[in-house]
Amino acid sequence: MQKTTAVGVAALLLCGLAQAQKSTAEGIAEYRKMLEDGNPADLFEAQGEELWKKKRGPKNASLERCDLGQGPGVVKGAFVTLPRYFADTGKVQDLESRLVSCMEMLQGLDGAEIAKTPFGRGEQNNITALATYVAAASRGLKFNLPQGHAEERRSYEIGKRAFYFRGGSHDFSCASCHGVDGQRVRLQDLPNLTKNPGDGVGFAAWPAYRVSNGQMWGMQLRLNDCFRQQRFPYPGFGSEVTVALATYMGVNAKGAESIAPSIKR
Amino acid sequence: MHTTRFVFAASAAALLLAGCASAPTPAELDAQARQMMKASFRDQGIAKTDRLNQDLGQQACSTDKPPSDEVASQIMSQALSAMKWPTGGQYIGDWREGEKLAQSGRGMTWSDPSDAAKDNGGNCYNCHQIDKKEVSYGTIGPSLWNYGKLRGVNDVAAPVSAPIVQYTWGKLWNSKAYAACSNMPRFGHMKVLDEQQIRHLMALLLDPKSPVNQ
Repeated sequence: MQKTTAVGVAALLLCGLAQAQKSTAEGIAEYRKMLEDGNPADLFEAQGEELWKKKRGPKNASLERCDLGQGPGVVKGAFVTLPRYFADTGKVQDLESRLVSCMEMLQGLDGAEIAKTPFGRGEQNNITALATYVAAASRGLKFNLPQGHAEERRSYEIGKRAFYFRGGSHDFSCASCHGVDGQRVRLQDLPNLTKNPGDGVGFAAWPAYRVSNGQMWGMQLRLNDCFRQQRFPYPGFGSEVTVALATYMGVNAKGAESIAPSIKR
Repeated sequence: MHTTRFVFAASAAALLLAGCASAPTPAELDAQARQMMKASFRDQGIAKTDRLNQDLGQQACSTDKPPSDEVASQIMSQALSAMKWPTGGQYIGDWREGEKLAQSGRGMTWSDPSDAAKDNGGNCYNCHQIDKKEVSYGTIGPSLWNYGKLRGVNDVAAPVSAPIVQYTWGKLWNSKAYAACSNMPRFGHMKVLDEQQIRHLMALLLDPKSPVNQ
């Protein structure tokens, strides 16, 4: 079923390309509308909810006591306030690294091992499904990351520096593509991530189901593939640079409505 | 008892001071960000962590503010003096090969098997309109449609064409020679493309027979 949907949407995308006058954004908005009742992300959301409630790991516990910043077990509203500072780990954490901490603390799973697992395998698939579930519970809410703690402000500041950091064979930084309004790579519209780029755009659209490869991607994988195309070396899963960049984008997106989990090219 | 109270007050004051001192200065944040970049990445395939070792231009162009005029001219003059002009004064190759290179966005990522120039593309259409027949083009760079024609290049070998031919080579080899913080990669300088490949791109842009100049 999933495959059929992907093929159908891919065909729609091709039609979109043929009518070159229509912008990619308009095209994608159309597919979203058509898929409102059938976004394959729903499957991951359902799987994530099951994982949230299921007793797993050496401690045979569920994640229902996991504190995502709104108190133990509160899922709704958490997504639009992450990354934030957590006193129990002493760190600013994004959704995915926080989920790993909960799996470690509550279920007794090996967080370092999960972070080392490649995307799309084993526990990483579970993280993606869980992130999809948590994000979906905040659909329609507006981003409002806390900046009250000194570590949260520090995360924003070093995230901003990472955003502008040029390096590699091509001298690219995040800002090379995402620093101003209204630019494209090929036909792909590029959100300006130095400010609120609008409802459901950029940070407010991930996790997303990617039609082009039939995969569900969380923000960690989205950033990872940005760095790949930037010709940078490989960022560790949940590494400080990924969390700091998420803080920078999330704070900048203040007031943007979340549409995650969304559907993407 | 008095002493105890004094000690308590003193440590509270120390804590407060420490609290103030812990708000990092911009320079401290710069250092912390550099440390974070070092700690967050690892080698993967051909993409090693030494790609994060910034040269002068990369470092000076890594904020939302442009560098000082002095630093900018230093970057440009370094780029110009390191420029490698084509062997034998041969600037122009085959525009057909140039079009293939302009279309290819491949190369230098950790999922590419080799970092040899022969395996890389120019990524040109990602950022520029070039031949109008290609509707899938990016807009980060200016349109290059009619690049040679608009600049009056009727014969690439004519002495009157020499300044624009040389400038275009320089722009492709090391764009930072003309704009310190240009968004454009330094294709020749960073060994992304070799001399022959750049000749082909030159032909795509400048050859009067190239579809770009029709």
